[in-house]
Parts: sequence; C-alpha cells; structure tokens
Amino acid sequence: MTISQMVTSRAAAALDVSRAARSSKLSAVVMLAAVAVLAALPFVAFSNVTDTLVNLFVLIALASMWNLLAGFGGLVSVGQQAYIGIGAYSVIAFADQGVQPYLAVPLAAVTCVIFAVPTSWLAFRLRGDYFAVGTWVIAEVYRLLVVRIDSVGGGSGKGLAGMSDLDQTLRGALTYWVALALALATIAACYLLLRGRLGLSLMAVRDEETAASSVGIDVRRAKRVVYLVSAAGCGAAGGVITVSSLSVNPDAIFSVQWSAYMIFIVVIGGIGYIEGPLLGAVIFFGLQQLLADYGSWYLVLLGAIGMAAALWLPRGLWGLMRDRTGLSLFPVGYFVRGRDA
Amino acid sequence: MGWLNAVIQGLLLGGLYALFATGLSLMFGVMRIVNLAHGDLAVVASFLALALVSGTGLPLWIVLVVTVPLFAVLGYLTQRVLLQRSLSSGPLATLLVTFGLSIVLQNVLLEVFSADTRTIDGGSFGTGSFELNGSISIGYLSLATFLLACAVLAAIQLFLSRTGLGRMLRASSDDRETANLVGADSRHVYGIATAIAFATVALAGLMFAMRSSFDPATGPSRLIFAFEAVVIGGLGSLWGTLLGGMVLGVTQSLGAQIDPALTLLAGHLVFLAVLAFRPQGLIAGRTA
Amino acid sequence: MTLLSISDLTVHHGQLRAVDGLSLDLEKGEVLAIIGANGAGKSTLLRALAGLNPPTSGSVHLGGRDITRLPAYKRVSEGIALVPEGRRLFHSLTVEENLLTGAYRKRPGPWTLTRVYELFPWMSDRRRQNASQLSGGEQQSVAIGRALLANPDLLLIDELSLGLAPVIVRRIYEVLPGIVGAGTTALIVEQDVSQAMRVADRVHCLLEGRSVLEGRPRDLTAEQVEHAYFGIGQALPAGSAREGHD
Repeated sequence: MTISQMVTSRAAAALDVSRAARSSKLSAVVMLAAVAVLAALPFVAFSNVTDTLVNLFVLIALASMWNLLAGFGGLVSVGQQAYIGIGAYSVIAFADQGVQPYLAVPLAAVTCVIFAVPTSWLAFRLRGDYFAVGTWVIAEVYRLLVVRIDSVGGGSGKGLAGMSDLDQTLRGALTYWVALALALATIAACYLLLRGRLGLSLMAVRDEETAASSVGIDVRRAKRVVYLVSAAGCGAAGGVITVSSLSVNPDAIFSVQWSAYMIFIVVIGGIGYIEGPLLGAVIFFGLQQLLADYGSWYLVLLGAIGMAAALWLPRGLWGLMRDRTGLSLFPVGYFVRGRDA
Repeated sequence: MGWLNAVIQGLLLGGLYALFATGLSLMFGVMRIVNLAHGDLAVVASFLALALVSGTGLPLWIVLVVTVPLFAVLGYLTQRVLLQRSLSSGPLATLLVTFGLSIVLQNVLLEVFSADTRTIDGGSFGTGSFELNGSISIGYLSLATFLLACAVLAAIQLFLSRTGLGRMLRASSDDRETANLVGADSRHVYGIATAIAFATVALAGLMFAMRSSFDPATGPSRLIFAFEAVVIGGLGSLWGTLLGGMVLGVTQSLGAQIDPALTLLAGHLVFLAVLAFRPQGLIAGRTA
Repeated sequence: MTLLSISDLTVHHGQLRAVDGLSLDLEKGEVLAIIGANGAGKSTLLRALAGLNPPTSGSVHLGGRDITRLPAYKRVSEGIALVPEGRRLFHSLTVEENLLTGAYRKRPGPWTLTRVYELFPWMSDRRRQNASQLSGGEQQSVAIGRALLANPDLLLIDELSLGLAPVIVRRIYEVLPGIVGAGTTALIVEQDVSQAMRVADRVHCLLEGRSVLEGRPRDLTAEQVEHAYFGIGQALPAGSAREGHD
C-alpha cells in the first residue's frame, strides 16, 4: 500500500462526503412546488402576467448560459447575441419551410450548435479580454451576413409564419410553457453539467489552467463543450423571443444590449453560482418594471449598479447570501463532515 | 483608377483608425485592460466638441485644444479612481467596469443629446479637396487627419523610447513588480498611460466627427474598429497598430468600392482571417 | 555606523510565517551574506526589505529612518535597490534601456552609465541588444548594473548564482569589492554556502525564518554552518552540537 492510498483510506474512514447539504433537500421540495405553480399559471392568471413572465424566463435562460460560459468556463463573451440572432432567424426560416414554430425552437438550438463549432475554432484563438471583443466582432459578422439574405427580410427583418392558425389564448399559453421549459432546461443543464466530470474539470481549469492541463484535463475540450451548450441555450432563447414577438429585426436581435443584460444579471446575482442568474434575473426584471417610465436613465442606473457590483461585490448578491446563510439550492461541490461530529 | 483612389482613401482613413486604436493598445499593453468604453469615449468627445462649437461659437481648433487636455486629465482620474480599484478585484472586474461605463456613457448621451445623428461642420476645409490627377482627389481634411495621426503616433513613440517615464511605461508593461523595484509607482504610470489613451481618443473622436456622422450608439462599432486595428497589426506594437489601421482602412475602402454595404463586413472578414491564420498579428510585438 | 537595522521582523508568505521575529543589524560598508536552505525565508526577507512583501510585525530602519511601511518605489529614493531572484530584466527593452530604468529616481551618487560599462566592459558593445538575447550570466550583470544606477546605499542581491555556471558566478562576484569600495553596503542571499563565505564579511544562517547562526566566516567551522543550515541539534548552543548525521 502506498502512502497516498493509506492516507486516502484513513481519511475516508473518518469523514463523510456528501453532495447535498440538509438545506438543499428542503429547497428541492420548495422548488418543485414553485415549478408546479408556475406551470399552472396560464390556467389561473391573465395573459398579460404570463406574457411578462416570458421575458423573465428568457432572461433567466440567457443569464444562465452566460454564467456557464464565463463563471464556470472562464470564457467571458460579449458576443452571445450571435446565437440569439441565429436561433431567432432559424425559427423564422424553419417556419417558412412549414415547420411548426414551437417545434422549430429546439431545432434552432441545434442550428446554433452547428454554427458554434467552426466559430469556436476561431474564437478560441483569442484569450481573456480579447476573446470578449473577438466574439463581439463575430456576432457583428453574423448580423452583417444575415442582413444580406433577402429571403429572411434583409435589413428590415421578417414576420414569423405559421402562427396565425393558432388561437391567441392558446398561443400565449404555449409560448409561456416553452419559455418556462427553456428556463428550467438551461438551469438543469448547468446543474447536470457541473455535477458531472466536466464540472470538476471546469472548476480546475478556472482555478489554475496550467495545472489542470498538467493533470490530464483536456482544457480545450472542456471549454468547447461549455461554449456549444451555451450556444444552444442562447439559440433556443432567441427562438422563444421570436415566437413571443412574432417577428425578428436584425439590429435588435443581434444587439450587444443582450450581452449587457446577461452580464449585469450574472454580476449582480453572483457569478459562478447556478443560483446567481436566477436571483439576478428577478432583480433585473423588477428594476425593469419599476423604472420602465424613465427611459434610458434606467440603463444608466443599471450600468452604474453593474460597475459597483463588479468593484465591491465580486461574488454578487448570491455570494453574499451564501456567506451569511450557507444556503445552496444547487450544490455542485462536496460537503465534508467529520464522522465523530 | 477607381481602385487606386480607393486604396489611397483607405490609407488616409487607416491613419485615423491607428490613432484611435493607439489608446486601446496602450491600455492593454501597460495594464492588461481592454477598455470596452473606448469607442464611447470618442463619441463623448465628439458630442462635447459639438456642444462647445454650437454653444460658444468658438472656432474648432480652440475646441480641440481644450478637449484633448481635458480628456487627458479625465483619463488620469478615471484610472486612479475607477480602474485601479478594478485591477485589484480580478481580471473580470476591469472588463465589467469598462462595459458598465460604456452603457452609462451611451445612455447619458442619449438622454442629453437625443438619438439624432449629428456631424461637426468643418467648413470649406472639411469638404475641400485637391486633385492629384484626373481620377484621384484628396480631401484636405483626410490628408490633415492622416498627417496629424502620424505626427501624434510618432510623438508617442518618441515619448515611449526616449523619456524616463516612457521607458517606465514599457517596463511596467513587461513586469510590473520589477518596475516597482526600480522606482515606478505603478498607479502613476497607469494613470499616465490612461491619460495618453484618453487624449488620443478625444483627438480621434473629433476627427471622426468631422468626417462622418455620429449618434450616441456609434461607440461600440468604433470600438470594434480600434480592436480590429490592434489585433491585425499585432498586440503591443505601435507600428503594428499603424499598419493594422491602414490594412483595415484599405479593406473597408475596397469593400465599399465593390458594394457600399460590404464596407464593415470586409473589415471584419480580414480581421477574422488574421485571427485564423496569423493570430499574433502582422507585426508580432510582445506576447500578451 | 549602522545602516540597516531590522528588529523583530515577521513576514508572511501567504499563510506561511516565512520570516519569524528576525533581528539583525548591518554596518555601513559591510557585506552580509544570508545563507540557508530552500524555504528558510531568505528571499521573503529580501522582498520585505525591498518593499514587495509587507511585514506582519516588527520594524525596518534605514539610516535611522523607519521604512517599515514604505512602498517599494519609494524605497528606491531612500537608497535600497534589489537585484531580484531570476534577474527579471525587462524583455522588450534593450540592455541600455534596462540599465537606465535603474536611474529613474535619479539619486545622486558615484554610479553612472559609464561607470557600469567600466565595471562590465562587454556591456557597452551590446547596449543596443534586446535584453532577452543575453545569456543568464550577462542578464545577471545587467540586473546588477540596473540596481547600481539607482545609487543605492544598500544593495540587496537575491540568489545571484541561481542557474548559472560556477565559473560565471565567480566572475560576477569579482566585481563585488569594487561596488562596496564605491561606498555601497551589500546584503546578499546565497544558496551556495562556500561562495557566500568567500565574499562576505559576516554571515547569518536562516532556518525556518529565524537566524540560527551568525558570525565572521573565518570564526565559523564548516560543521557549525552545516548544522545550522540543516537544523541539526538546533536546541544546543553552537559548538557543542551533536556529532554525526541523522
């Protein structure tokens, strides 16, 4: 028996290692109940409530994807609007071919993955801050290419086909459910990815890339998986935006504003926590509703809050809460307790 | 001969891009900060000049003489108050702070000046030109812009290579801790780098404003030009940035010659090609 | 006259207490060598003296002035220059530019570019070369020249011999008497004990951040040094250490 084996077995005898804290078992029950209530909402609430919530779900999905990319993969992108746009335009194009628009949403995610493979090859040549601006340029290129395609409306955009035969109430409810499913799917995807082997690799890469690669972690592969998943999520979100607004405008859908939203939600909520984007999206959404009458001042405020959070609250509100309460809804780490305790 | 004209116009424009990109390159080289508010700062300078010209009726050159030093001071303060703090909170913080600054600047401009598209009227100088031969005419403004850009770049190069402080800027960019050891106060050195960056941004912003129209949302696309010039030329090399700016200018100009809608796309595609096949840039400077 | 006075200095390197309540004095014009095994706290001590690692407690006085909390760049003006471990030249600068960065704070004193070129005659021919093109020994000489141009009262040299061939090390150490003769006091950290004993007026041996042996090289036996270096029988007074090795 080698020394390390001896140490490991002795430690294993003395310690309990588990993934879930007690609080997270309780919170799982609460979350399931919340999801059930949200899913039943179209039957009991007015459509203006559910229509507004669609925006919240899209924000949660986008922010979760950006958090996965930046908070866990270390890939700070300012160009995820590329996939929002490609996803949105995919839904338009599939609908034109006669595909039911709601079914086109998952197809949009697949399309984005197909685009993301060659894109990642290019973008991964840049590191750190230059990756951020590089992805932005790539998003611009996609916008400039899309506006040259006349069949999807060129520079002025296009309406979504195949929705007129649906009853308006049913359409609202379906859109709501698709958006809810999207938000849940992105959170679940983050949780499952990070609990698995990949999550461990990613955290190792984030903490010390050179050391991670020297212990045999394929850094590029880990990052690429994250990038592709994030592209799929953003693409599906773009699809949901399209089925919700029934049309697409290239300048709006490829706008860097989306990146601003994602980044600020994640920074305020707490980067590197699955719960961060959820909390951040709710706060952002609240601010949006509250300050809707103040025009661009609300964005000024948002920018200022984001700067303040980056300087004084680097782990966001969730990080702060976690330090105070130890609460964790989605535990991806390990808890180690002494057995004698 | 249309093509030759396009190349010449592109080269002249490229000088301006290079001047504009210098600040971005300098801040990255010395502090490892990519200033995402770079483009917006140029637009702020444009609007400030516009307000000064229309508000006070001062001639443009006085506005220029006022705005550029003002921006240098603003740059020094921004570094000491805002960016220095973000440098100690990790690499993500600087990106977020400059991105936040970009959003704030854009939307303040939007509230103050509305979304209308503006230009600064350079008078007869702005529109006048001389003919080189039958098909090539060179605008006074383009030429003056180009010469001024080259002069400023040369001055910065001289400062960096011949003065003690300039040497310290380069030394800090190589190894901050050792620069401290030989007596550089990195906060001051960083402040100077940011001051130079802001001053050149203001100058470039004023020249952009005379050449083409602008609105509060123009900043991000300007930032992309600067970024492309820096990457095409090669990180950390001033002459690389000049070359990168010219390559970008000529590419855009040739793209426009084929189809005006191709102007931006052509520039982006050259940038992506450099990224794919020569990621260290055309002139490889220091490794970043 | 005492130039440097360190009293009860404790410096942490991360969580580790690298220097632990160390006190020592350095006379003007003296060459003091600090020896000790890897991790004894030698480099952390020098970094703390240069202002790179803030001390946890204790004080440092230079020429009677308290410099304990002074940042690194201000200590250059006070008269401290460090030749850092691993040379740390500025790689995008030429040899001459590297030397000139040392003169940034413009302290008056005997050292000028010309004097440094006299000290290392090969340097002036290659002053336009990029610093990264030099060999390790040449880089070490440039690093020393850079520190001298600050005209320091106290020259700190960290691990001069690291990664260099013995013959190169000896050649670089040959310039030390000239430097001290010009009025500079030197505090050197050296892993090569015999080299340190050859050039120093006095040595301190560090073990786990504490000084366990101090004296003039000629007064110390090889055995005493060996025991202090490896921490053998450290509880016993020097000279009566237990014989033999574990």
